[in-house]
Amino acid sequence: MSLLATLARLEAVRSGRAEPLATVLHRHLAERPMVVVPLAAAGETGAPLAVMLGRDRERPRLLTVPQPLDRERRFAFLADLADELLPYLESFGEAVEVLTRETKDSATGEKTEVSRELCLDAPQLIVPNRGGVELLGLLGRSTRFRRTAEDPDPGPYPAPARVPLLGRWLTHLRERAQVPGSSLLLAATDLLGRHWATGQSTLEDQHLGALLAWIDPPAGLTGAEAALRAETGRDARGQLLCPPAGPATDPLFDSGLLAPAIIRYDAARQPAGPGGPPPAGQREQLLARERDIDALLESVLTPVWDQLWQSLELLRRLPPAAHLPDRWTGDRWSYTAHRDRLAAGEPPQPVRDDAVTAARKLAQREREQTTVGVQEALDDPLAMAEHRLAGEALAGVVTGVEPAYDTSGRTPRPRPLVTVRTADRPHAEPGTELHRAGGPSSQRAELVSVGEPRGSVTVRLVSGMGRKKEPEPGSVPEVGEHVCFTLFELTARQSAPLPEPEDTPWTHGGPPGPHPSAAAPALQEEADR
Amino acid sequence: MEQRLAALRGGAPQRSLDARALAALAANPGCRRRAVLDAAGVDKTALAARLGTPAPFGQSPFAIARGLRFERRVMSDGCAELLELLRRHLAPAPPYGAADDCPVRPAELVTDPKLPAQRVASTRAALARATESPGVWTLLAHPLLRLEVAGSAVLLEPDLIVVRPDGRWTVVEIKSFPILDGGADPAKVGAAARQAAVYVLALRATAADMAGEKPTDDPHDPYATPQGLAGAPADTVLLVCPKDFSNQAAAAAIDVRKPMAVTRRQLDRLTRIEQLLDALPAGTSFDLDPARDGAVLGDAVGTLDAAYSPDCLAACELAFHCRQEARCAGSVEVLGRGVRGELGSLTTVEAALAAAATTDLPGAPTGDAPDDPPDDAVDEAAARLAHAARLRAEALELALSGAGAGAGARG
Repeated sequence: MSLLATLARLEAVRSGRAEPLATVLHRHLAERPMVVVPLAAAGETGAPLAVMLGRDRERPRLLTVPQPLDRERRFAFLADLADELLPYLESFGEAVEVLTRETKDSATGEKTEVSRELCLDAPQLIVPNRGGVELLGLLGRSTRFRRTAEDPDPGPYPAPARVPLLGRWLTHLRERAQVPGSSLLLAATDLLGRHWATGQSTLEDQHLGALLAWIDPPAGLTGAEAALRAETGRDARGQLLCPPAGPATDPLFDSGLLAPAIIRYDAARQPAGPGGPPPAGQREQLLARERDIDALLESVLTPVWDQLWQSLELLRRLPPAAHLPDRWTGDRWSYTAHRDRLAAGEPPQPVRDDAVTAARKLAQREREQTTVGVQEALDDPLAMAEHRLAGEALAGVVTGVEPAYDTSGRTPRPRPLVTVRTADRPHAEPGTELHRAGGPSSQRAELVSVGEPRGSVTVRLVSGMGRKKEPEPGSVPEVGEHVCFTLFELTARQSAPLPEPEDTPWTHGGPPGPHPSAAAPALQEEADR
Repeated sequence: MEQRLAALRGGAPQRSLDARALAALAANPGCRRRAVLDAAGVDKTALAARLGTPAPFGQSPFAIARGLRFERRVMSDGCAELLELLRRHLAPAPPYGAADDCPVRPAELVTDPKLPAQRVASTRAALARATESPGVWTLLAHPLLRLEVAGSAVLLEPDLIVVRPDGRWTVVEIKSFPILDGGADPAKVGAAARQAAVYVLALRATAADMAGEKPTDDPHDPYATPQGLAGAPADTVLLVCPKDFSNQAAAAAIDVRKPMAVTRRQLDRLTRIEQLLDALPAGTSFDLDPARDGAVLGDAVGTLDAAYSPDCLAACELAFHCRQEARCAGSVEVLGRGVRGELGSLTTVEAALAAAATTDLPGAPTGDAPDDPPDDAVDEAAARLAHAARLRAEALELALSGAGAGAGARG
């Protein structure tokens, strides 16, 4: 946590409600995202218990597994989930724009035009917290290798047809969620935590109910009081007023309500006697028991559902940052690439990436991390303040512009001196390269002096003023104008290209072998549970 | 000593510490409240409930059932699956090499939970017998070990101790979180390793005692391994978990030398309980008798200094009480452990905000002339905070005024 964030938290403690940590919205929010609240069965790895999802606040769809240990019911749940999610995920694949680019063949030097499709929009999933992101990833891992009845060798427990496809999509979304600044799959706690500072620790901010209580406390309560009620308030039955936002349910809910309901469900499923016919009315009874479980799960999912929509409403009040469309294009490329991989009939994502793919992913994440940092600073004065506090940027009002020229060449070139009134003290020696942020075009400068005269910084502009002797109009800031210079570059550097996977050097294990039959472990796993 | 601790407890039965509690205690060794309450064996869950801040912990019956099911499965069939893992991961030293056909013998232990002393004794006897007869795998299921912590005895029950054919003792820890694609949740593995480290420490103490030696405590080498019988407990433990999404077992050998060294250092550092007790006012008691006034109980708890940090919320039953106390005191620790370091000697929210509101500092935060005498710590933290506050106010103002105008004044 930076000192500025700490300061914001201190202010929140005093004011009794969350304080802004951003002045603009830093993540793309779709007009109608798919909101998903997944629950996991306690103790079982990646076993779903229920999910509430939908794009309309008024019409949530509830899917449940009445007995999480029952393979048939789990498969039925996953098939239902695929039916709900896949049409949404696939619906963005149709509308595309075609981008053409000229590329030069490195061998022949021949120029060719390459055109590529880019989907106009991409799906967006919102889950309550990082646990929800992890659970979707686990579901992806456990389903993408499953064999279906359509496979030549379906194995003893074939999964419903579209389940492996769902697994591949979920795996892709989970992967993309690890790229900084990406917005295909977002956790509400991360979104809110990026934009507001509460009067509690980041650890406690992981509780969606408590976090929202600080940001938007109910009338008459301070953030701390409302958060405490969200964390610990219980009703007469001993159940939490604000159920945890998953993926785990409250242990007291499990022991007090869910476990007895599942036992009743199991009892209703037992035939009356060994070998005897099922008693009359058993089916109705079973359905009634199922509805009981559905009602229980709905009762703990609905509050979270409402919290997610409330979060989205709060976030939409912020004006979107200027660079959002830029970064959303990256998400659209990611979506398009996965669509193309599916269409090309590629195998599911491997359990482990080969060396080159892993290095590429890592390089991409590092590059995006830098890009997001710079873009957020350019979009948001509060983010830039972090850099100013760290001595990586300076900002202030211009108090003087002194024309000067570089006469070393044949024609003199403008090198005006700009004095800025600021208390910022950039951590740099005179002569260090600076970059102008928010200027008319990209412009470099050089640090001349700090603190002479007192409370000001002088810089010399060295580029971006045209080719003539006098600078282009508007390219040099005027007295009274607010300017900002950074010590860091405003675009991320391209890293050196990585080889194709087939050219992996022997130091990194050599080219990857043919994909091993990945479905085998999945079969074994399913048979065992 | 025991009497004094019993008096603190009132009439209530003693709650014994477990390895998890010890590992948590070691995570926050500065907390005197926890040290005394744990040493006295006060039921902290009940205490928290009496104080009106019930502990948020609990385990789902589904998770417990799953854990038991997995452990039973691993131990079934004469531990066949487990032995396979043991042979693969803990290959004994020569002459008991790879072609391992050593017989397996489960040790007979006293299991009655009402007889802890006998259980400890039978564990020692079983370990001694197994060490005397090499060439055999001996399995001790749920043995009981004794460890001295800050002046009081703690009883510990590992899942399994294996005496290998070459005479080394290995702790086996069975957990129900999965090893997925060869990896597991690092937080859970870390917790399991810290817990297992406590078992190995207890086993080391037992071995040293059996060999008639003092436990080694070389301050210069935390990784020192004793020789002979005292060195029989291996510092590598075997973690047994479900494999991927299945019920099959997978195992990983984990080197616990580092958590052992850390835990031992932290446990040694725990202030001697006697000194803490001496500082308590006479007549202090944590008797949970329902007839007692809750406020009196709260005062008694208040005589013990707590070292609250938000990490406590995941580990300590009293965390909500301590958090409330810290919030009332306006302490900055409620915002996170790192905040204290950032703010230096500004320990309260009020002091920090007052420092941030200082506006009469001339110009730049650290003084304009570089040859100014260095300010003392308070002023430096205060000046940094004041500078941060100015930047924050400026940025918020800029955003407000420029909300419509757009990017012109960006940055």
